[in-house]
Amino acid sequence: MCGIVGLFLKNPALQPSLGGYFATMLDCLSSRGPDSAGFAIYGAEAPSGMLKLVAQHPQEGFDWVKVAAELALVIGFAPGLQVIATHARFTVAAEEAELREWFATQYPVLTVMSVGRSMEIMKEVGAPAAVLKRFGVAAMSGTHAIGHTRMATESAVTTAGSHPFSTGQDLCLVHNGSLSNHNRLRRELQRQGLVFHTENDSEVAAAYLSWRLRDGASLEAALTSALDDLDGFYTFTIGTRDGFAVLRDPIACKPAVMAETDDYVAMGSEYRALTGLPDIERARVWEPEPATVYTWNTRSAAREAVLA
Amino acid sequence: MNVIDLATTPVRELNTALHQLEPENPGVPWRVRNARGAHSIACGLRVPVTVEIEGHAGYYCAGMNQLATVHVHGNAGVGVAENMMSGTVHVHGSASQSAGATAHGGLLVIDGDASARCGISMKGVDIVVKGSVGHMSAFMAQAGNLVVCGDAGEALGDSIYEARIFVRGKVADLGSDCVEKPMREEDLRLLKCLLNRAGAEAQPEDFRRYGSARQLYRFHVDHAAAY
Repeated sequence: MCGIVGLFLKNPALQPSLGGYFATMLDCLSSRGPDSAGFAIYGAEAPSGMLKLVAQHPQEGFDWVKVAAELALVIGFAPGLQVIATHARFTVAAEEAELREWFATQYPVLTVMSVGRSMEIMKEVGAPAAVLKRFGVAAMSGTHAIGHTRMATESAVTTAGSHPFSTGQDLCLVHNGSLSNHNRLRRELQRQGLVFHTENDSEVAAAYLSWRLRDGASLEAALTSALDDLDGFYTFTIGTRDGFAVLRDPIACKPAVMAETDDYVAMGSEYRALTGLPDIERARVWEPEPATVYTWNTRSAAREAVLA
Repeated sequence: MNVIDLATTPVRELNTALHQLEPENPGVPWRVRNARGAHSIACGLRVPVTVEIEGHAGYYCAGMNQLATVHVHGNAGVGVAENMMSGTVHVHGSASQSAGATAHGGLLVIDGDASARCGISMKGVDIVVKGSVGHMSAFMAQAGNLVVCGDAGEALGDSIYEARIFVRGKVADLGSDCVEKPMREEDLRLLKCLLNRAGAEAQPEDFRRYGSARQLYRFHVDHAAAY
Protein backbone atom coordinates (compact mmCIF):
# COMPACT_ATOMS: atom_id res chain seq x y z
CA MET A 1 0.00 0.00 0.00
CA CYS A 2 1.46 3.33 1.18
CA GLY A 3 0.06 6.73 0.33
CA ILE A 4 1.88 9.62 -1.28
CA VAL A 5 0.93 13.23 -1.83
CA GLY A 6 2.44 16.34 -3.35
CA LEU A 7 1.23 19.93 -3.38
CA PHE A 8 2.79 22.73 -5.37
CA LEU A 9 1.36 26.24 -5.01
CA LYS A 10 1.32 28.49 -8.06
CA ASN A 11 -0.46 31.28 -6.21
CA PRO A 12 1.89 32.88 -3.62
CA ALA A 13 -1.11 34.09 -1.63
CA LEU A 14 -1.76 30.49 -0.58
CA GLN A 15 1.75 29.94 0.85
CA PRO A 16 0.80 30.60 4.49
CA SER A 17 -1.82 27.83 4.14
CA LEU A 18 0.49 25.22 2.57
CA GLY A 19 0.90 23.23 5.80
CA GLY A 20 -2.83 23.23 6.49
CA TYR A 21 -3.79 21.91 3.06
CA PHE A 22 -0.89 19.49 3.02
CA ALA A 23 -1.60 18.04 6.49
CA THR A 24 -5.20 17.33 5.46
CA MET A 25 -3.99 15.53 2.33
CA LEU A 26 -1.49 13.36 4.19
CA ASP A 27 -3.82 12.57 7.08
CA CYS A 28 -6.45 11.36 4.60
CA LEU A 29 -4.07 8.66 3.37
CA SER A 30 -3.49 7.18 6.85
CA SER A 31 -5.60 4.21 5.72
CA ARG A 32 -3.00 3.43 3.03
CA GLY A 33 -0.07 3.73 5.44
CA PRO A 34 -0.60 3.68 9.21
CA ASP A 35 2.97 2.68 10.23
CA SER A 36 4.84 5.94 9.86
CA ALA A 37 4.75 9.25 8.04
CA GLY A 38 7.14 11.80 6.69
CA PHE A 39 7.28 14.86 4.55
CA ALA A 40 9.53 17.38 2.87
CA ILE A 41 8.40 20.96 3.09
CA TYR A 42 9.92 23.72 0.99
CA GLY A 43 9.68 26.88 3.07
CA ALA A 44 11.58 30.16 3.16
CA GLU A 45 15.00 29.78 1.51
CA ALA A 46 18.11 30.09 3.66
CA PRO A 47 19.97 33.39 3.03
CA SER A 48 22.43 33.35 0.15
CA GLY A 49 25.49 31.25 0.94
CA MET A 50 23.72 29.41 3.75
CA LEU A 51 22.18 25.96 4.06
CA LYS A 52 19.43 24.43 6.15
CA LEU A 53 20.33 21.10 7.77
CA VAL A 54 17.68 19.02 9.53
CA ALA A 55 18.88 16.39 12.04
CA GLN A 56 16.93 13.90 14.11
CA HIS A 57 17.51 12.32 17.52
CA PRO A 58 15.58 9.20 18.61
CA GLN A 59 14.14 11.02 21.64
CA GLU A 60 12.59 14.41 22.27
CA GLY A 61 14.37 16.64 24.78
CA PHE A 62 17.84 16.20 23.32
CA ASP A 63 20.29 19.03 24.07
CA TRP A 64 20.37 20.66 20.64
CA VAL A 65 21.70 23.95 22.06
CA LYS A 66 24.89 22.12 23.01
CA VAL A 67 25.21 20.82 19.44
CA ALA A 68 24.73 24.34 18.05
CA ALA A 69 27.33 25.75 20.46
CA GLU A 70 29.90 23.14 19.46
CA LEU A 71 29.12 23.67 15.78
CA ALA A 72 29.62 27.44 16.26
CA LEU A 73 33.20 26.81 17.41
CA VAL A 74 33.94 24.96 14.18
CA ILE A 75 32.26 27.26 11.65
CA GLY A 76 33.06 30.50 13.46
CA PHE A 77 29.57 31.80 14.26
CA ALA A 78 26.39 30.61 15.94
CA PRO A 79 24.07 28.70 13.58
CA GLY A 80 20.37 29.39 13.50
CA LEU A 81 18.55 26.69 15.49
CA GLN A 82 14.93 25.65 15.64
CA VAL A 83 13.89 22.50 17.51
CA ILE A 84 10.79 20.72 16.19
CA ALA A 85 9.91 17.65 18.31
CA THR A 86 12.63 15.02 17.65
CA HIS A 87 14.14 17.10 14.85
CA ALA A 88 16.18 20.29 14.76
CA ARG A 89 16.89 22.68 11.93
CA PHE A 90 20.29 24.39 11.72
CA THR A 91 20.86 27.33 9.38
CA VAL A 92 24.57 27.61 8.66
CA ALA A 93 27.10 29.02 6.22
CA ALA A 94 29.13 25.90 5.49
CA GLU A 95 29.70 23.27 2.83
CA GLU A 96 27.39 20.25 2.88
CA ALA A 97 30.24 17.72 2.96
CA GLU A 98 31.90 19.52 5.87
CA LEU A 99 28.62 19.60 7.81
CA ARG A 100 27.82 15.95 7.16
CA GLU A 101 31.29 14.88 8.27
CA TRP A 102 31.08 16.95 11.45
CA PHE A 103 27.71 15.44 12.41
CA ALA A 104 28.86 11.90 11.52
CA THR A 105 32.00 12.12 13.67
CA GLN A 106 30.80 14.32 16.56
CA TYR A 107 27.22 13.11 16.86
CA PRO A 108 26.79 9.66 15.30
CA VAL A 109 23.58 9.28 17.33
CA LEU A 110 21.98 11.95 15.14
CA THR A 111 20.59 11.29 11.67
CA VAL A 112 20.93 14.02 9.07
CA MET A 113 17.53 14.07 7.34
CA SER A 114 18.12 16.76 4.76
CA VAL A 115 20.44 19.47 3.55
CA GLY A 116 19.32 22.25 1.25
CA ARG A 117 18.49 25.91 0.75
CA SER A 118 14.76 25.37 1.11
CA MET A 119 13.88 21.74 1.83
CA GLU A 120 13.28 20.34 5.32
CA ILE A 121 12.59 16.63 5.76
CA MET A 122 10.92 15.30 8.89
CA LYS A 123 9.65 11.78 9.52
CA GLU A 124 8.70 9.53 12.38
CA VAL A 125 7.17 6.17 13.19
CA GLY A 126 3.54 6.32 14.29
CA ALA A 127 0.07 7.14 13.04
CA PRO A 128 0.24 9.91 10.42
CA ALA A 129 -2.18 12.13 12.36
CA ALA A 130 0.09 11.94 15.43
CA VAL A 131 3.22 12.59 13.36
CA LEU A 132 1.62 15.62 11.68
CA LYS A 133 0.57 17.01 15.06
CA ARG A 134 3.96 16.39 16.64
CA PHE A 135 5.70 18.46 13.98
CA GLY A 136 2.97 21.11 13.80
CA VAL A 137 2.71 20.68 10.04
CA ALA A 138 -0.67 22.40 9.75
CA ALA A 139 0.91 25.72 10.77
CA MET A 140 3.83 25.51 8.33
CA SER A 141 4.09 27.75 5.28
CA GLY A 142 5.96 27.26 2.05
CA THR A 143 5.76 26.87 -1.70
CA HIS A 144 5.44 23.09 -1.98
CA ALA A 145 5.59 19.84 -0.06
CA ILE A 146 5.60 16.10 -0.66
CA GLY A 147 4.74 13.41 1.85
CA HIS A 148 4.29 9.72 2.51
CA THR A 149 2.27 7.43 4.75
CA ARG A 150 3.92 4.04 5.05
CA MET A 151 2.67 0.47 5.21
CA ALA A 152 5.98 -1.37 5.33
CA THR A 153 6.42 -4.41 3.10
CA GLU A 154 10.11 -4.63 2.16
CA SER A 155 11.89 -3.61 5.37
CA ALA A 156 11.38 -2.74 9.04
CA VAL A 157 9.16 0.01 10.46
CA THR A 158 11.78 2.51 11.60
CA THR A 159 12.27 6.25 11.32
CA ALA A 160 15.19 5.63 8.97
CA GLY A 161 13.00 3.43 6.78
CA SER A 162 10.31 6.12 6.54
CA HIS A 163 10.04 8.42 3.56
CA PRO A 164 11.00 10.87 2.08
CA PHE A 165 14.53 9.82 1.20
CA SER A 166 16.86 12.69 0.39
CA THR A 167 18.64 12.40 -2.94
CA GLY A 168 20.74 15.54 -2.72
CA GLN A 169 20.40 19.20 -1.78
CA ASP A 170 16.73 20.20 -1.97
CA LEU A 171 15.90 16.87 -3.64
CA CYS A 172 13.97 13.97 -2.18
CA LEU A 173 11.72 11.13 -3.15
CA VAL A 174 8.63 9.35 -1.85
CA HIS A 175 7.69 5.95 -3.22
CA ASN A 176 4.55 3.84 -3.36
CA GLY A 177 5.37 0.34 -4.51
CA SER A 178 8.21 -2.12 -4.21
CA LEU A 179 11.35 -2.60 -6.25
CA SER A 180 12.45 -6.12 -7.13
CA ASN A 181 16.04 -5.42 -8.22
CA HIS A 182 17.07 -3.23 -5.29
CA ASN A 183 19.69 -5.61 -3.85
CA ARG A 184 21.66 -5.85 -7.08
CA LEU A 185 21.26 -2.13 -7.76
CA ARG A 186 22.36 -1.26 -4.21
CA ARG A 187 25.61 -3.21 -4.71
CA GLU A 188 26.25 -1.44 -8.01
CA LEU A 189 25.59 1.98 -6.47
CA GLN A 190 27.83 1.13 -3.49
CA ARG A 191 30.62 0.47 -5.99
CA GLN A 192 29.91 3.98 -7.33
CA GLY A 193 30.53 5.34 -3.84
CA LEU A 194 26.96 5.86 -2.64
CA VAL A 195 26.30 5.22 1.04
CA PHE A 196 23.18 3.44 2.33
CA HIS A 197 21.68 3.65 5.81
CA THR A 198 18.88 1.08 5.53
CA GLU A 199 17.86 -2.10 3.71
CA ASN A 200 14.97 -0.14 2.22
CA ASP A 201 14.22 -0.49 -1.50
CA SER A 202 13.06 3.13 -1.82
CA GLU A 203 16.42 4.36 -0.53
CA VAL A 204 17.94 2.58 -3.52
CA ALA A 205 15.67 4.53 -5.88
CA ALA A 206 16.72 7.76 -4.15
CA ALA A 207 20.40 6.82 -4.38
CA TYR A 208 19.96 5.93 -8.04
CA LEU A 209 18.65 9.44 -8.76
CA SER A 210 21.45 10.98 -6.69
CA TRP A 211 23.99 9.02 -8.73
CA ARG A 212 22.51 10.05 -12.09
CA LEU A 213 22.22 13.70 -11.02
CA ARG A 214 25.80 13.63 -9.69
CA ASP A 215 26.89 12.56 -13.16
CA GLY A 216 25.25 15.63 -14.64
CA ALA A 217 21.89 14.25 -15.79
CA SER A 218 18.86 16.53 -15.59
CA LEU A 219 16.05 15.36 -13.32
CA GLU A 220 13.98 14.50 -16.40
CA ALA A 221 16.85 12.45 -17.86
CA ALA A 222 17.49 10.70 -14.53
CA LEU A 223 13.82 9.74 -14.25
CA THR A 224 13.70 8.59 -17.86
CA SER A 225 16.68 6.29 -17.32
CA ALA A 226 15.06 5.03 -14.10
CA LEU A 227 12.37 3.50 -16.32
CA ASP A 228 15.06 1.21 -17.76
CA ASP A 229 17.05 0.52 -14.60
CA LEU A 230 14.45 0.13 -11.86
CA ASP A 231 12.47 -3.10 -11.88
CA GLY A 232 9.28 -3.30 -9.88
CA PHE A 233 6.24 -1.26 -8.99
CA TYR A 234 6.46 2.43 -8.34
CA THR A 235 4.72 5.70 -8.27
CA PHE A 236 7.37 8.26 -7.31
CA THR A 237 6.89 11.85 -6.33
CA ILE A 238 10.14 13.79 -6.30
CA GLY A 239 10.48 17.13 -4.54
CA THR A 240 12.86 19.62 -6.16
CA ARG A 241 14.00 23.06 -5.02
CA ASP A 242 11.36 24.79 -7.11
CA GLY A 243 8.74 22.15 -7.82
CA PHE A 244 8.01 18.48 -7.99
CA ALA A 245 7.98 15.56 -10.43
CA VAL A 246 5.86 12.43 -10.79
CA LEU A 247 6.75 9.11 -12.42
CA ARG A 248 4.80 5.85 -12.61
CA ASP A 249 6.17 2.50 -13.73
CA PRO A 250 5.19 1.29 -17.23
CA ILE A 251 2.56 -1.11 -15.86
CA ALA A 252 1.11 1.60 -13.57
CA CYS A 253 0.42 -0.82 -10.73
CA LYS A 254 0.31 1.89 -8.11
CA PRO A 255 -2.34 4.59 -8.22
CA ALA A 256 -1.90 8.32 -8.80
CA VAL A 257 -4.33 11.18 -9.35
CA MET A 258 -3.42 14.73 -10.28
CA ALA A 259 -5.42 17.93 -9.95
CA GLU A 260 -4.57 21.34 -11.32
CA THR A 261 -6.12 24.79 -11.01
CA ASP A 262 -4.71 28.29 -11.58
CA ASP A 263 -3.62 28.21 -7.92
CA TYR A 264 -1.93 24.82 -7.48
CA VAL A 265 -0.91 21.42 -8.79
CA ALA A 266 -1.60 18.49 -6.48
CA MET A 267 -0.86 14.79 -6.58
CA GLY A 268 -2.29 12.03 -4.41
CA SER A 269 -2.47 8.24 -4.38
CA GLU A 270 -6.25 8.65 -4.30
CA TYR A 271 -8.57 11.48 -5.25
CA ARG A 272 -10.05 11.68 -1.75
CA ALA A 273 -6.70 13.07 -0.52
CA LEU A 274 -7.28 16.11 -2.73
CA THR A 275 -10.82 16.92 -1.68
CA GLY A 276 -9.82 19.50 0.93
CA LEU A 277 -8.07 21.70 -1.63
CA PRO A 278 -9.67 25.01 -2.63
CA ASP A 279 -11.95 24.88 -5.65
CA ILE A 280 -11.21 21.19 -6.17
CA GLU A 281 -14.65 20.74 -7.76
CA ARG A 282 -13.50 22.93 -10.63
CA ALA A 283 -9.96 21.52 -10.89
CA ARG A 284 -8.76 19.56 -13.89
CA VAL A 285 -8.43 16.03 -12.49
CA TRP A 286 -6.61 13.26 -14.32
CA GLU A 287 -4.43 10.19 -13.92
CA PRO A 288 -0.78 10.56 -14.90
CA GLU A 289 0.14 8.22 -17.75
CA PRO A 290 2.44 5.26 -17.09
CA ALA A 291 6.14 5.61 -18.01
CA THR A 292 5.76 9.36 -18.43
CA VAL A 293 7.83 11.97 -16.61
CA TYR A 294 5.81 14.93 -15.30
CA THR A 295 7.52 17.99 -13.82
CA TRP A 296 6.27 21.28 -12.45
CA ASN A 297 8.30 24.21 -11.21
CA THR A 298 8.02 27.84 -10.27
CA ARG A 299 9.66 28.95 -13.50
CA SER A 300 7.18 27.32 -15.82
CA ALA A 301 4.32 26.86 -13.31
CA ALA A 302 2.98 24.57 -15.96
CA ARG A 303 3.00 20.93 -16.82
CA GLU A 304 5.76 19.58 -18.97
CA ALA A 305 5.19 15.98 -19.92
CA VAL A 306 8.13 14.27 -21.51
CA LEU A 307 7.18 11.06 -23.26
CA ALA A 308 9.67 8.42 -22.27
CA MET B 1 -35.97 12.03 -4.75
CA ASN B 2 -33.97 10.82 -1.73
CA VAL B 3 -30.93 13.00 -1.07
CA ILE B 4 -27.95 11.73 0.90
CA ASP B 5 -25.01 14.01 1.68
CA LEU B 6 -21.82 12.01 2.20
CA ALA B 7 -20.30 14.99 4.00
CA THR B 8 -22.59 14.11 6.90
CA THR B 9 -23.68 10.50 6.25
CA PRO B 10 -21.24 7.55 6.11
CA VAL B 11 -21.13 5.49 2.89
CA ARG B 12 -22.09 2.40 4.86
CA GLU B 13 -25.35 4.05 5.92
CA LEU B 14 -26.14 4.97 2.32
CA ASN B 15 -25.39 1.46 1.07
CA THR B 16 -27.40 -0.15 3.87
CA ALA B 17 -30.41 1.99 2.95
CA LEU B 18 -30.03 1.05 -0.73
CA HIS B 19 -29.73 -2.65 0.15
CA GLN B 20 -33.02 -2.52 2.06
CA LEU B 21 -35.08 -1.37 -0.93
CA GLU B 22 -37.72 -3.80 -2.12
CA PRO B 23 -37.19 -5.30 -5.58
CA GLU B 24 -40.87 -4.88 -6.56
CA ASN B 25 -41.04 -1.30 -5.35
CA PRO B 26 -37.59 0.30 -5.31
CA GLY B 27 -39.07 3.79 -5.15
CA VAL B 28 -37.83 7.18 -6.27
CA PRO B 29 -34.27 7.93 -7.46
CA TRP B 30 -31.48 8.72 -5.02
CA ARG B 31 -29.10 11.65 -5.24
CA VAL B 32 -25.73 11.33 -3.49
CA ARG B 33 -24.00 14.63 -2.76
CA ASN B 34 -20.34 15.24 -1.91
CA ALA B 35 -18.94 11.92 -3.12
CA ARG B 36 -15.44 13.38 -2.54
CA GLY B 37 -13.67 10.23 -3.69
CA ALA B 38 -15.25 7.95 -1.11
CA HIS B 39 -14.85 4.24 -1.83
CA SER B 40 -17.59 1.64 -2.48
CA ILE B 41 -20.44 4.07 -3.14
CA ALA B 42 -23.62 2.28 -4.27
CA CYS B 43 -22.05 -1.17 -4.19
CA GLY B 44 -24.03 -4.40 -4.28
CA LEU B 45 -27.36 -2.92 -5.41
CA ARG B 46 -29.96 -5.54 -6.37
CA VAL B 47 -33.04 -3.55 -7.30
CA PRO B 48 -33.98 -1.38 -10.32
CA VAL B 49 -33.34 1.93 -8.56
CA THR B 50 -31.57 4.99 -10.00
CA VAL B 51 -28.66 6.55 -8.09
CA GLU B 52 -27.14 9.87 -9.17
CA ILE B 53 -23.70 10.53 -7.64
CA GLU B 54 -22.47 14.12 -7.64
CA GLY B 55 -18.71 14.58 -7.67
CA HIS B 56 -15.83 12.16 -8.19
CA ALA B 57 -16.33 8.64 -6.82
CA GLY B 58 -13.55 6.56 -5.24
CA TYR B 59 -12.74 2.88 -5.68
CA TYR B 60 -15.24 0.13 -6.61
CA CYS B 61 -18.18 2.45 -7.21
CA ALA B 62 -21.33 0.47 -8.19
CA GLY B 63 -19.44 -2.81 -7.84
CA MET B 64 -21.48 -6.02 -8.18
CA ASN B 65 -24.40 -3.99 -9.52
CA GLN B 66 -27.63 -5.82 -10.40
CA LEU B 67 -30.58 -4.08 -12.07
CA ALA B 68 -29.77 -0.59 -10.73
CA THR B 69 -28.84 2.45 -12.83
CA VAL B 70 -25.94 4.39 -11.35
CA HIS B 71 -24.72 7.71 -12.77
CA VAL B 72 -21.41 9.19 -11.63
CA HIS B 73 -21.38 12.92 -12.45
CA GLY B 74 -17.62 13.14 -12.23
CA ASN B 75 -14.72 10.69 -12.47
CA ALA B 76 -14.70 7.19 -11.00
CA GLY B 77 -11.78 5.53 -9.21
CA VAL B 78 -10.32 2.05 -9.60
CA GLY B 79 -12.72 -0.81 -10.39
CA VAL B 80 -15.94 1.04 -11.22
CA ALA B 81 -18.76 -1.48 -11.85
CA GLU B 82 -16.43 -4.37 -11.09
CA ASN B 83 -18.26 -7.69 -11.29
CA MET B 84 -21.48 -5.98 -12.43
CA MET B 85 -24.20 -8.55 -13.21
CA SER B 86 -26.85 -6.35 -14.86
CA GLY B 87 -28.17 -2.79 -14.93
CA THR B 88 -26.36 0.32 -16.14
CA VAL B 89 -23.42 2.29 -14.78
CA HIS B 90 -22.70 5.59 -16.53
CA VAL B 91 -19.55 7.55 -15.67
CA HIS B 92 -19.93 11.07 -17.04
CA GLY B 93 -16.24 11.86 -16.51
CA SER B 94 -13.28 9.50 -16.85
CA ALA B 95 -12.63 6.19 -15.12
CA SER B 96 -9.49 4.89 -13.45
CA GLN B 97 -8.00 1.43 -13.89
CA SER B 98 -9.86 -1.88 -14.15
CA ALA B 99 -13.23 -0.35 -15.08
CA GLY B 100 -15.80 -3.13 -15.45
CA ALA B 101 -13.36 -5.79 -14.25
CA THR B 102 -14.82 -9.34 -14.32
CA ALA B 103 -18.31 -7.93 -15.00
CA HIS B 104 -20.82 -10.54 -16.15
CA GLY B 105 -23.56 -8.35 -17.63
CA GLY B 106 -25.17 -4.95 -17.85
CA LEU B 107 -23.90 -1.82 -19.59
CA LEU B 108 -20.98 0.35 -18.48
CA VAL B 109 -20.69 3.71 -20.27
CA ILE B 110 -17.71 6.00 -19.76
CA ASP B 111 -18.02 9.42 -21.38
CA GLY B 112 -14.33 10.29 -20.93
CA ASP B 113 -11.29 7.99 -20.95
CA ALA B 114 -10.71 4.76 -19.06
CA SER B 115 -7.15 4.03 -17.95
CA ALA B 116 -5.31 0.71 -17.88
CA ARG B 117 -6.97 -2.71 -17.77
CA CYS B 118 -10.45 -1.56 -18.76
CA GLY B 119 -12.63 -4.68 -19.02
CA ILE B 120 -9.99 -6.98 -17.56
CA SER B 121 -11.41 -10.52 -17.39
CA MET B 122 -14.83 -9.27 -18.52
CA LYS B 123 -17.38 -12.08 -18.59
CA GLY B 124 -20.32 -10.72 -20.54
CA VAL B 125 -20.63 -7.01 -19.79
CA ASP B 126 -21.01 -4.40 -22.55
CA ILE B 127 -18.57 -1.52 -22.07
CA VAL B 128 -18.69 1.63 -24.20
CA VAL B 129 -15.85 4.13 -23.70
CA LYS B 130 -16.35 7.38 -25.61
CA GLY B 131 -12.71 8.38 -25.12
CA SER B 132 -9.61 6.16 -25.07
CA VAL B 133 -8.54 3.18 -22.97
CA GLY B 134 -5.15 2.46 -21.39
CA HIS B 135 -2.85 -0.53 -21.72
CA MET B 136 -3.88 -4.16 -21.16
CA SER B 137 -7.55 -3.42 -21.75
CA ALA B 138 -9.75 -6.52 -22.19
CA PHE B 139 -6.91 -8.65 -20.76
CA MET B 140 -8.20 -12.24 -20.56
CA ALA B 141 -11.65 -11.03 -21.61
CA GLN B 142 -14.00 -13.99 -21.74
CA ALA B 143 -17.30 -12.66 -23.08
CA GLY B 144 -19.10 -9.41 -23.80
CA ASN B 145 -18.24 -6.34 -25.89
CA LEU B 146 -15.74 -3.55 -25.38
CA VAL B 147 -16.34 -0.50 -27.60
CA VAL B 148 -13.64 2.20 -27.67
CA CYS B 149 -14.47 5.38 -29.61
CA GLY B 150 -10.93 6.76 -29.13
CA ASP B 151 -7.59 4.93 -29.06
CA ALA B 152 -6.43 1.81 -27.21
CA GLY B 153 -3.12 1.44 -25.32
CA GLU B 154 -0.55 -1.35 -25.51
CA ALA B 155 -1.39 -5.07 -25.42
CA LEU B 156 -5.08 -4.71 -26.23
CA GLY B 157 -6.96 -7.96 -25.69
CA ASP B 158 -3.98 -9.91 -24.40
CA SER B 159 -4.90 -13.59 -23.87
CA ILE B 160 -8.48 -12.87 -24.90
CA TYR B 161 -11.08 -15.63 -24.98
CA GLU B 162 -14.40 -14.90 -26.70
CA ALA B 163 -15.12 -11.20 -26.09
CA ARG B 164 -15.43 -8.74 -29.01
CA ILE B 165 -13.46 -5.50 -29.10
CA PHE B 166 -14.36 -2.55 -31.36
CA VAL B 167 -11.92 0.37 -31.64
CA ARG B 168 -12.44 3.50 -33.76
CA GLY B 169 -9.02 5.09 -33.26
CA LYS B 170 -5.46 3.78 -33.15
CA VAL B 171 -4.45 0.61 -31.33
CA ALA B 172 -0.94 0.95 -29.85
CA ASP B 173 -0.48 -2.81 -30.24
CA LEU B 174 -2.40 -6.03 -29.87
CA GLY B 175 -1.71 -8.42 -27.01
CA SER B 176 -0.89 -12.07 -27.31
CA ASP B 177 -3.46 -14.03 -29.34
CA CYS B 178 -5.54 -10.92 -30.16
CA VAL B 179 -6.08 -10.29 -33.88
CA GLU B 180 -8.08 -7.99 -36.10
CA LYS B 181 -11.17 -9.64 -37.54
CA PRO B 182 -13.43 -8.66 -40.43
CA MET B 183 -16.41 -6.46 -39.60
CA ARG B 184 -19.48 -8.48 -40.60
CA GLU B 185 -23.06 -7.27 -40.96
CA GLU B 186 -23.98 -8.79 -37.61
CA ASP B 187 -21.05 -6.97 -35.97
CA LEU B 188 -22.16 -3.63 -37.44
CA ARG B 189 -25.71 -4.23 -36.20
CA LEU B 190 -24.46 -5.10 -32.72
CA LEU B 191 -22.12 -2.11 -32.63
CA LYS B 192 -24.86 0.27 -33.78
CA CYS B 193 -27.08 -1.00 -31.01
CA LEU B 194 -24.33 -0.59 -28.37
CA LEU B 195 -23.49 2.95 -29.54
CA ASN B 196 -27.17 3.88 -29.43
CA ARG B 197 -27.62 2.50 -25.93
CA ALA B 198 -24.58 4.46 -24.77
CA GLY B 199 -25.64 7.66 -26.52
CA ALA B 200 -22.43 7.74 -28.53
CA GLU B 201 -22.57 9.52 -31.87
CA ALA B 202 -19.84 7.50 -33.59
CA GLN B 203 -20.58 5.63 -36.84
CA PRO B 204 -20.21 1.82 -36.69
CA GLU B 205 -18.46 1.81 -40.09
CA ASP B 206 -15.51 3.78 -38.60
CA PHE B 207 -14.58 0.98 -36.18
CA ARG B 208 -12.38 -2.06 -36.50
CA ARG B 209 -13.07 -5.33 -34.75
CA TYR B 210 -10.60 -7.40 -32.73
CA GLY B 211 -10.93 -10.77 -31.08
CA SER B 212 -9.22 -14.01 -30.19
CA ALA B 213 -7.08 -15.96 -32.65
CA ARG B 214 -7.94 -18.97 -30.44
CA GLN B 215 -4.38 -20.22 -30.54
CA LEU B 216 -3.63 -19.79 -26.83
CA TYR B 217 -6.52 -21.09 -24.85
CA ARG B 218 -7.37 -24.11 -26.96
CA PHE B 219 -4.34 -26.23 -26.41
CA HIS B 220 -2.86 -27.70 -29.53
CA VAL B 221 0.44 -29.48 -29.42
CA ASP B 222 1.66 -27.59 -32.51
CA HIS B 223 1.36 -24.37 -30.50
CA ALA B 224 3.23 -25.56 -27.42
CA ALA B 225 5.98 -23.05 -28.18
CA ALA B 226 3.52 -20.17 -27.84
CA TYR B 227 2.84 -20.91 -24.16
